[in-house]
This record gives sequence, C-alpha cells and structure tokens, in this order.
Amino acid sequence: MSTTTATHHDDHGHPTGIMRWVASTNHKDIGTLYLWFSFFMFLFAGALALGIRAELFQPGLQFVEPENFNRLTTLHGLIMIFGAIMPAFVGFANWMIPLMIGTSDLAFPRLNNMSFWLMVPAAILLIGSIFVPGGAIAGGWTMYPPLSVQNPSMSVDMSILALHILGVSSIVGSINIITTILNMRAPGMTLMKMPLFVWTWLITAFLLIASMPVLAGALTMLLTDRHFGTTFFDAAGGGDPVLWQHVFWFFGHPEVYIMILPAFGLISTIIPTFARKPLFGYASMVYATAAIALLSFVVWAHHMFTTGMPVAGQLFFMYSTMLISIPTGVKVFNWVATMWRGSMTFETPMLFSIAVVFLFTIGGFSGLVCAILPVDIQVQDTYYVVAHFHYVLFSGAAMSIMGAVYYWLPKWTGFMYDETLGKWHFWLTTIAFNVTFFPMHFTGLAGMPRRVPDYALQFAEFNMISSIGAFALGISQLLFLYIVIKCIKGGTKAEAKSWEGAEGLEWTVPSPAPFHTFETPPTVK
Amino acid sequence: MNKRTILSLGAAFLSLFAVSSHAEYALNLKAPVTEIASQIYDLHMMMIWVCLAIFVVVFGLMFYSIIKHRKSVGHKAAHFHENHWLEVIWTIIPVIILVAMAYPATKTILAMKDTSAADISIKVTGSQWKWAYDYLDQDVKFISTLSTPEAQIKNQEEKGENYLLEVDNPMVVPVGKKIKILLTAADVIHAWWIPEFGVKQDAIPGFVRETWFRADKPGTYRGQCAELCGKAHGYMPIVVEVKEEADYNAWVAAQKEAAAAADAGADKDWTMDELVTAGKAVYEKNCSVCHGATGAGIPPAFPAMTGSAVATGPIEGHIDILLNGKNIMPAWKDVLNDTDIAAVIAYERNALGNSTGDFAQPSAVKAAR
Repeated sequence: MSTTTATHHDDHGHPTGIMRWVASTNHKDIGTLYLWFSFFMFLFAGALALGIRAELFQPGLQFVEPENFNRLTTLHGLIMIFGAIMPAFVGFANWMIPLMIGTSDLAFPRLNNMSFWLMVPAAILLIGSIFVPGGAIAGGWTMYPPLSVQNPSMSVDMSILALHILGVSSIVGSINIITTILNMRAPGMTLMKMPLFVWTWLITAFLLIASMPVLAGALTMLLTDRHFGTTFFDAAGGGDPVLWQHVFWFFGHPEVYIMILPAFGLISTIIPTFARKPLFGYASMVYATAAIALLSFVVWAHHMFTTGMPVAGQLFFMYSTMLISIPTGVKVFNWVATMWRGSMTFETPMLFSIAVVFLFTIGGFSGLVCAILPVDIQVQDTYYVVAHFHYVLFSGAAMSIMGAVYYWLPKWTGFMYDETLGKWHFWLTTIAFNVTFFPMHFTGLAGMPRRVPDYALQFAEFNMISSIGAFALGISQLLFLYIVIKCIKGGTKAEAKSWEGAEGLEWTVPSPAPFHTFETPPTVK
Repeated sequence: MNKRTILSLGAAFLSLFAVSSHAEYALNLKAPVTEIASQIYDLHMMMIWVCLAIFVVVFGLMFYSIIKHRKSVGHKAAHFHENHWLEVIWTIIPVIILVAMAYPATKTILAMKDTSAADISIKVTGSQWKWAYDYLDQDVKFISTLSTPEAQIKNQEEKGENYLLEVDNPMVVPVGKKIKILLTAADVIHAWWIPEFGVKQDAIPGFVRETWFRADKPGTYRGQCAELCGKAHGYMPIVVEVKEEADYNAWVAAQKEAAAAADAGADKDWTMDELVTAGKAVYEKNCSVCHGATGAGIPPAFPAMTGSAVATGPIEGHIDILLNGKNIMPAWKDVLNDTDIAAVIAYERNALGNSTGDFAQPSAVKAAR
C-alpha cells in the first residue's frame, strides 16, 4: 500500500490556510488538530473543576447553587473523558503510529479527517448545552436513571447526541488504526517487534470497537425512555433502573482502560530512552496489556457493589477485579526493572514518566482497596473514589500525555522546548496534584460523599487544602501552554534523533518530521 | 513569577495550619459500632499495611536505582531485558497476597448478606430529598428531613456542630438487636449510609433491597445519602439514635401517642386561618425545596406555585395531585396525614401570591383517599 502512494506522489501541493486543516487527510496535521482540540477541552473542563473547588473551599454555599454544582461536576467529567483524554491519545496515535511502524499515513485518510471533524459538533453540543433552557446536564457523567430521565432539560438530549457522535468518531478511528497497524507495517516489523505504544493502541482500538456500541445502545434506551414512552429503566413499566448501570459499566470499565493502556504505551516508550536500556520484559508487557483488556469486560459490576447484587455476583466481581492487579503489577515491576542498572538522565519527559509510575501505583493500590467489597461499601461514592480515579486518570493518563508531549515536541516542531520551564511545569503539576487529591483519601474515609456542594464542618480543613492545590494545578497548566507555544516559535534546533537513548523509526526522519514520510517503507532488521 | 507563586502558596499553607491547629484532621474510617463495621475496619487496615509494604519495597528499589544508576554519576547502562524466573516470581507472589486478602473479605461478605432472624424490620424509603421510616411491626412511621437552618447554609448564621448532619426526626433503634432495613425509593436512586454501621445500600425505585445492622453501643450516628439524587443530594442526612431497650420502648409509645393525637385532628372542623398557619410549616418542610419558599418554583422542572393552574383551579384536582402525585411530583398520601394535606392545600391556595379563598377540611381529604 505504501508503494502505491509513493509512486504517484511528487511534491504536489496541498491546501493552505484554513483549508489545510479543514480538508486535511495528513496524519500529522490531523494529529495536531486532535492534540490542540484536547488541550483546549482540558483547559475548559479544568476551569469547570475550579468552579467546583471554589465552592468547596469552605462549608456553606458561596458561589454555586446546588443544581449548578451538579452541572459543573457532570460536564467536568464528560468533557475530560471524552473531550480531553481520549482525543489526546488519538492525536498521539495519528502522529506517531505511522512514524513508528514506517508507513506513510493511516489506511483511510479521509475517514481520519471525518473522525476528527465529528468531534467538533459533539463539543459544540456538549458545551452549548450550558445555554439551553433548563441548564446543562446535571445527573453526573454516569447519567443514572431515573434521575437522568426526570431532568426535563434539552441539554440531556444534546449530551446523548454528542456522545453518539463521539462514539461514531471513536469507532471509525479505531477501525482506521487497526487496519493501519495490521496491514501497513514496514517490511520486517513483525507484531512482536512493534513499539509498545503501537501494541497498546492496537488493543485499545479493539476495546473501543467492542465497548462504544454498548454505550450507544444504553444511550438510545435512555433517549426513548425520556421521549417515546419506553420503560427500560422504569420499574413501573416493567423495567429496572439498575439495568442502565449494568449496560453503562459494561462500556464504562473498558473505557477506563481505553484511557490508561495508551498511557502505559507512552511510559514504556519514554523510560527506556532515558534509562538508555531496552524495555524490560517486552513480551510480558504485551501479554499483560492483553490480559488487562480481556479482564476489563468481566469486572463491570464492581462499580455497583452497593446496588444489592446477589452474593454470588458480588463475590465474582470482587475476585475478577482483584485479578486485574496482577498484570498491572507486572507492568510496574517491568518499568522499575527497565530503570534498574540503566544510565539515567532526568529530562522533563522522564520526570513525568517516573511520576506516573509512582503516582499511578498509588491509584492502583486505592483501586485494590475499592475492589475489596466490604471496604468498598464504606468508600463507594465518597471522596476516596474521587481520589482514586484522579490518581489513575490525572497522574496516570494526563501526566503521561504531558510527558509524551515533551518527548515528541522536538520531532513535531523541529525545536527543543525550554528544559528549565519544562521542569518547573513538572514540579508545579506534581506537587499541586498531590496537594489537591491526596487529602481526598482522608475526607473520603472519614465519610464525605462525592457530588455534594456543601459538607459537614469536620471536612473543612482538607477541603481547603484541596482547593488551594486545585488552583495551583490549574494555573500551572497555563505554563504548559506557554512552553508549547514557545517551542513552536523557535529554540535550539532539534536533531533527527533528539534524545541520546531514543530508539525507533520516528527518530530516523528529520526534525521537524516532513509533511510526507516513509513514502518508501524502511526495512526493519 | 513562578517563585512568587510557590512562596505565596507556601505562606497560605502555613497560615492554614496556624489558624486551624485545634481542628480535627480525621484520617481514617469512623470508629465502628457493629461487628461488620469492625471487620471492614480491620480489612482496610490490613490492606493499608500490605500495600504500604509492597510500595516501600518497589519504590525503595526504584529510588535506589534513580540515585545510583544515573548517567551523571557515570553509571554505564546494562543491557539485560528479560529474566524469566524473576517474571514468574513477581506474578506468583501477588497471586498469593490476593488470595490472603480475598479470604477474610469473603467471610465478611457472607455475613453482610445474611438478613435472616431480624428482631425489628424497618422499611426505609428515600425520596427527593427526605427519608421515610416505617416500623413494620410497630405501626410507627414518620419522615426525616434536614434540620439545619437555611441561614447556616447561606452563611448568615454561624454553623452548628452537626451542620448538615442533623434531622428533625431521627430513626431510633434499640441497642444489641438485629435491625433489618427494607430499602426502596419513591423517585430516583438514593443510598442509605451510616459509616459507623458499615452499611451502605442503594434505594432503588420499584425494588426492595435488604440490609441489616446490630449496633453494640448506644449513641447518635450520622450519615448521608450516598447516591447523586438531584439538587439537594447533599442535604438529605441520615441520623440513627441507638437507645437502651427501655428508652426505645418509651420512644415507641410516645410516637404512637403523637400519631393518635394527629388522627384526632382530622375529625375536627378547622378555620381557614388555622389551616393556613399550620400549612406554612408543612409547606416549608416538604414542598419549598422544589416549589420555592416564595412559590416561584424552578421552571421547567419544578413549576411555580404562584398562579399555578392546580393551586388556583378546582380544589378536587389539587387534593388529587397531592394524594397521588403526577410525573415527578411524588404521592403524599402515605407520607402526610389528612390534617397536613388539608393545611398545605389551604396555604398554597391562600398564600404564596394566591388567594382563592377556598379550602378543604381534613375530613374531605380523608374522603378523597
């Protein structure tokens, strides 16, 4: 396939100006679009979180009415998950997978364009829903009925439509990525020679294809319950509100791994570079990723331990959930073993990666605590859970994305970023993150429920600390924006191989990577 | 600029500890008062120590490596990238640890699910945003709502010790008895949770779920709704008073007496002013959370009372919607007595900007049931 594209290409022009982006079929340009899109969504949803933390700075109601508070938590969750984290990983997939496997582009460039541009109307629907009568969606990102059926606001329907569109975008993107990886690798690159990031994305793409249609089904049932008189989730008509939870989490738990497996891939790429030593246990990393993906389909009801399942169900889901910690542990051990007896340096991408290994493991341990059903009875729907999923999603997914942005910025822009500022960004982010979220373990254990705009006085001190941390965390990300823009505008010229210990095909092309690369495939030994 | 940010942040922190040095920094689960809650507490402590031990070993090695195996101290990279024995060992050891964790957890789960041989059964119904308690063997029932004054929430008054964790009518149970809770909900999903009991159970509309506890120590225990249930989710606490057997029996007798007195009120003839005055209290406790203290409501979800077609239309329709509900408006017939319903109808028709001049006697409400 790469040879056919190579024959007809000869520096033909491509659209310039705005049309370069609107009509782009180039994996690098579309990757850039995805990354910027996700960054703006990250800042927007982060600003919503600051609204939450401002209200929770002190007990009592100060800034946000309770219903608006629920809107803030709901939109913060939906936009961070579907607008920030997921598109950022797709951005990396676009930019890096063709470069890593030595092909000229994705298999279906026009579908790739469509995948991105579907995100924009979806984002407009989600954000626009703030301004419709009745206000934005307020029932939590999990949209449990009957609460989400009860809310008469059009914003719920707009959010359902937005999620449908995002689902189509994800499925189309996943088909594109799977086809590319399975068919377009450079000669000699067997599956077990692929960079681990490509492996994690291949598995993630299968997870997306399997789980997004399930979400679509659940959303459609919710929509017909809202408007067309069906009673899937209404006991009065023979339905069951808990059915939603089963179907939603059948999507929702694989979704959690969709947001963390590519992060594992990024970390597994960065650590060997700066340890100057090959990744330890490559094969076991691949098997562990596949094991996590398979297990992710049989653990969903651990989100529902308080719904009152039969005891057999409770035991099954507790055991299966505990099992996930084994392949996850293998990954952490492999990363530490990769560093062991290396020759390490600590540039910003490495700092972020080490922090991810360390902090993600805290999130993994709190996840194991939540898996133990009797303990989960106490911490379910408390701030403990809020701490847990921010340790895996912020210090797992988001911080690995930041590290990877620093890692490949030289390849993307042709310039080295400002290392001093990068380190400032790292330390500010890491410290502020822990100040924000570590105290939530304590407030959660002590009994503070999540999704409340106000709280008992015993939680006041830790909430104030969390809020101070959150504002520092938010402001630190503006530094990130500045560093990226500064790097695009200029700096020390980056070499083709920007890092001493870097391995992989992406470092064999010049920096910045030319508009077209690998028109004739390289040969991998 | 960054340095200044850090400095001011640090200063904010120091001042925080200075002003609140006497405050409590609760770090752990609340002290348990049931057997199940103690088991949960112990399980959690075991998890903490095991996780901490693994954490120290793994990250001790990582930080040792970070300090010793760095390029700046001249360390040369080794090139190993596999070790089958090591990989097998660090897969098997976690399996053994997990089995050791699962065993006590399984025993606790089996005990939690055993709702048989209960001494007292109480039906608990969650609704937006209150809890209804129905003592099935005693013919005692009442509603429990937040009693924290709005002025405290809006920061116009100093907040009390039990801010947001206090109710008008707490649930009362005897110490040392097995209490079975039959849990359901009237509108959306709620969750009934008392941390000291180790009980958290979702209340699901249309279904009855069971859970149980046996409190070993008299006292007042406070929890909150744990499942997002709309705008006042943060304002529906749960308070359980555990009393000695004799005190509990006295409480039951007092409840029955009060109920009998309220029933007697239904047969008397009331004046409009009496009903409107009584209705104000009923309205503010039960209705204002949706329809607003001034009757403005929160359209479109919660219609205004002022000028409403129901509150200014035929009184039969007004009685009917209160008794039986409509869409998200709950049915009140099992919640309020005839006098309360007659009173709140009189209040809604002759206050809040309405003045129809008519009202219904409690006997008329009784007849419409």
